Amino acid sequence: MLSRACLQGVRRGVHVFKRFNSTLVVVEHNNEKLTPITLHAITAATKLGGEVSCLVAGSQCAKVAEEVSKVAGVKKVLLADSDAFKGFLPEALTPLVLATQSQFKFTHILAGATALGKSLAPRVAAKLDVSAISDIIGIQSPDTFVRTIYAGNAIQTLKSNDSVKVITVRGTAFDAADADSGSAAQEEAPAATPSATSEFVSQELSKSDRPDLTSAKSVISGGRGMKNGENFKMLYDLADKMGAAVGASRAAVDAGFVPNDMQVGQTGKIVAPDLYIAVGISGAIQHLAGMKDSKIIVAINKDPEAPIFQVADYGLVADLFKVIPEMSALVDKK
Amino acid sequence: MSGLRVIVGCKRVIDYAVKIRVKPDKMGVVTEGVKHSMNPFDEIAIEEAIRMKEKKIASEVIAVSCGPPQCQETLRTAMAMGADKAILVELDAKQAETVQPLHVAKILAKISQEEKADVIIVGKQAIDGDCNQTGQMTAALLDWPQATFASEVIKNNGDLTVTREVDGGLETIKVKLPAVITADLRLNEPRYATLPNIMKAKKKPLAKKKASDYGVDLTPTHQILSVEDPPVREAGQKLETTEDLVAKLREAGLVPS
Repeated sequence: MLSRACLQGVRRGVHVFKRFNSTLVVVEHNNEKLTPITLHAITAATKLGGEVSCLVAGSQCAKVAEEVSKVAGVKKVLLADSDAFKGFLPEALTPLVLATQSQFKFTHILAGATALGKSLAPRVAAKLDVSAISDIIGIQSPDTFVRTIYAGNAIQTLKSNDSVKVITVRGTAFDAADADSGSAAQEEAPAATPSATSEFVSQELSKSDRPDLTSAKSVISGGRGMKNGENFKMLYDLADKMGAAVGASRAAVDAGFVPNDMQVGQTGKIVAPDLYIAVGISGAIQHLAGMKDSKIIVAINKDPEAPIFQVADYGLVADLFKVIPEMSALVDKK
Repeated sequence: MSGLRVIVGCKRVIDYAVKIRVKPDKMGVVTEGVKHSMNPFDEIAIEEAIRMKEKKIASEVIAVSCGPPQCQETLRTAMAMGADKAILVELDAKQAETVQPLHVAKILAKISQEEKADVIIVGKQAIDGDCNQTGQMTAALLDWPQATFASEVIKNNGDLTVTREVDGGLETIKVKLPAVITADLRLNEPRYATLPNIMKAKKKPLAKKKASDYGVDLTPTHQILSVEDPPVREAGQKLETTEDLVAKLREAGLVPS
């Protein structure tokens, strides 16, 4: 009897758990294609154990909704197609997320920890009068999350007692969801009145044929030791031979060698490729925060005392101007 | 039109160059006897506000900090850089440890209304909590537009044209005033406070307040379960030649062959 009652209790518990957990993932895209981080955020969402819905907002973005509906683990895709979402301004998106929330009562709202996710999630959270949880790297339970603080030098586990958990997800900490084995239903998102206090003017994106920095399997980064922007050509050349993306330290960005969207670190991008090659980078705390979860780290630096060597699997104490061309030649040879 | 009233948020944090230590009880990091400074992004926020004043865009710059009594030093620094006055919302040690961005945002929003501010500038993130939330939350609470990760701010008539640092490059938006701006690293290069200005800053007004003066409840909704050291990477090996390096990488399948 007792065991049966227990079992029922457990069953009910599981039932309640399932019924009460539901997650909304805010999809990031450019109206044509899904941004890869969304696939990582969907994986994080499925770890929460409830139903996963995705919100696609944009202008003429039906194609993206189609793409999202094929992602494994997604139950429902909500589409909001309007010119009001041009430029994906948080002032326009927030009322939409709030309207969606008031209709479906999600327990979790997730977005990738990108420039967009970081702009939007706290605005939504404050409107719901809850705290946001930034850049999580782990999920222990539906209310307990792991994130880094102090530039990745400490790992914090926190329990949120808020009614709705509004979270941004570090893409490199979760695998990408399978992009073509799902079959989600599509419906229209609830209507909302966007605020007209801001306006998108223009965009200036750096164009590159190389793989995207945050999702590349290999990354080669240059620092102050590169001396100037011209010398980065050596890294581009090597990167192209290796199919790698090219990153930079803050010093290289501040010195104007490369644009700032290439910056890896606490205040730039966080990467965790299979191979990270740091060239002429000393390895300041702020830089390590962005790359120390890489599988294999290689440091090329002529200063044997550089802190980068303390985290490098392979270190070469040598002049980068000699090593990089040599590497290019050697990689070429078969 | 008279100039804009600008509120700048500044946080006292462990200095960016300090190697932090996790407490033995794993409930936080050691802060006692550790060098503290103004959050680097907030220095940039202050600098931008002062430049707005120097360009006669702003009429008054008010620096605000929420935290323990030592935050007075942070505010004096802000005033030495050029802020006109300061407000310290004093928290006791316990509150200071558990205060969340939402609480600070609520306080900032209230102060902005009281002070009739037109612009709030904060750093894009504090380098201790790495949350990157306060500016966005303050904008939400006030229903003001937000310009996050700003690398350039230009004032037109009733609005600001802001260039933002986004993932693929740069983006330009226009926000109507009043607005919240969060400063990115490349917005400007903060000035150093000179000795005469540090002396003058001692005479500038600094008001002390409590969170309760603004009706803000600081009860935390996040419970910190633990703070731990990140996994330590195993020591690697130094190689002699480029050939060795490429051979190792080829072995690991990291170089196309």
